[in-house]
Amino acid sequence: MSKEDYEVVIGLEVHSELSTKTKIFCSCPTEFGGEPNTHCCPVCMAMPGALPVLNKRVVEYAIKAGLATNCSIAHVSKNDRKNYFYPDLPKSYQISQFDMPLCTEGYVEIETKDGPKKIRLVRIHIEEDAGKLNHDEYGRGSLVDLNRAGVPLIEIVSEPDMRSTEEVDSYLKKLKSILEYIEVSDCKMQEGSLRADVNVSVRKKGAKEFGTRTEMKNMNSFRSITRAIEYEAQRQIEVLENGGKIEQETLRWDEVSGKTFSMRDKEDAQDYRYFPEPDLAIINISDEMIDDIRKSLPEMPESRRERYVKELGLPEYDSNILTSSKYLSDLFENATKVCNNPKAVSNWIMTDITRILNEEEKEPNEIPFTAEQLGELVTLIDKGTISSKIAKQVLEELFKNPKSPQDIIKEKGWIQISDESAIKEVVLKILEANPQSIVDYKAGRDRALGYLVGQAMKETKGKANPQMLNKMFLEELNK
Amino acid sequence: MQVSKEEILHIANLACLNIKEEEIEEYRKNLQDILNFANIVNSVNTDNISETIGSTSNVNVFREDEINEFKDEALLLENAPDKENNMFKIPKVL
Repeated sequence: MSKEDYEVVIGLEVHSELSTKTKIFCSCPTEFGGEPNTHCCPVCMAMPGALPVLNKRVVEYAIKAGLATNCSIAHVSKNDRKNYFYPDLPKSYQISQFDMPLCTEGYVEIETKDGPKKIRLVRIHIEEDAGKLNHDEYGRGSLVDLNRAGVPLIEIVSEPDMRSTEEVDSYLKKLKSILEYIEVSDCKMQEGSLRADVNVSVRKKGAKEFGTRTEMKNMNSFRSITRAIEYEAQRQIEVLENGGKIEQETLRWDEVSGKTFSMRDKEDAQDYRYFPEPDLAIINISDEMIDDIRKSLPEMPESRRERYVKELGLPEYDSNILTSSKYLSDLFENATKVCNNPKAVSNWIMTDITRILNEEEKEPNEIPFTAEQLGELVTLIDKGTISSKIAKQVLEELFKNPKSPQDIIKEKGWIQISDESAIKEVVLKILEANPQSIVDYKAGRDRALGYLVGQAMKETKGKANPQMLNKMFLEELNK
Repeated sequence: MQVSKEEILHIANLACLNIKEEEIEEYRKNLQDILNFANIVNSVNTDNISETIGSTSNVNVFREDEINEFKDEALLLENAPDKENNMFKIPKVL
């Protein structure tokens, strides 16, 4: 038997930090970073006698996420204590939700090579994040920073419906884009605001029962999730092929060695002794509240994509990429409002902007310039003020030092030469310097024209209007 | 329901308590008493009484999402047995 005879079964528990201003149970700011223990108070530090009060917006955001993922919203919900000991958890219990989560039974639709597929969601519940452990400089002890303790999270639990790393990747991307669209989380992976616990098992193709699963916790990049699943599935197949048995256990993924390791000290850890949180009141959700939140949902990616294809005439592929991120999609729409040239804006985003983002390993939400500035750039090309070659330089400049493209080209002296006599002067100069090209052209080699235009662009440092150059060269050559 | 010695050891382990062999029986009896007491509650007739899920009758006690920073920051670490760079210093983890 080989790898091809097996099927991988994957389920994800995605934790997403909500972008509320304050923590889930106290009024401390949720802002990332900050000096250690400066976003803290007796509640999130678990001082004796301090009592939690639930942030209303956390409930609203979780319901919003539930509605955007086709979940049923509970009319009655409550919080529970999940008990375990770890130094980043000051109360020694996490306030979470056990048997009455806010949202249940939804789904997220993803694109696969066999067409659309629904990944079912078991539930979405609210809970608090833990603090952060740092190591002291001499390695003698650990240092506890509780700024993150009490930051609100939603945990989105999927059914084990994914069958490949490609499906996991599309599911995560889709989920991230939904959470960005509804503006409940900024999903900054590098700040850990989106993390996933990954459950993996394998079974022979056609088998009805699931295999025994293992769990990898707290993965925070799409790439490590994919790598970890591939490694773990292969490991499980090898164990089974050698007549072994998969142990149900929690594994630690090691990014450096690219392997998973057993976390043996957690044998009893699954016994969390959940019980209802006595310090918090029951949550009742009215139909009216659900309706209000439903009405506040923005236009979702599917609908935008359809509009781009049908109304703006963009290719399906481009529309998919543009709507995969709310930032890109907003950038596209707002820049288009300025220049009224959707195809050009889309091209800039799809090619040069994406390339620079990749080179600088940045996410769309880190684009430093505004949609208005991008729109202005496209307008300058459309009006013939600058060539598209110069525009690329302006774009590079926008990434480094964002300001009005109009000001950039003025400062740099990049305005396109469209003055007829100035162009003619360049054309004559280039023709004089390249007699062979004239001969070639007359002999029917059209490429010679391209060469001449190229030389003229070089001479003017890309500032000559290429259409005018072309036209004038033709006039001269055909004389 | 009878509380067993194994259950006492399991619960002690979960609670990170080291209990001595001679203490097990005492804890077992105490827990058994508590369970027996809870069983008295179980014997009450609750027909036609709707289920409660919380410990109070309060519903929807919420806070608005407005920042109110805690002013006495220095107090927060005042009783820490050990600290460094404004963080609690604890025995090394992992």
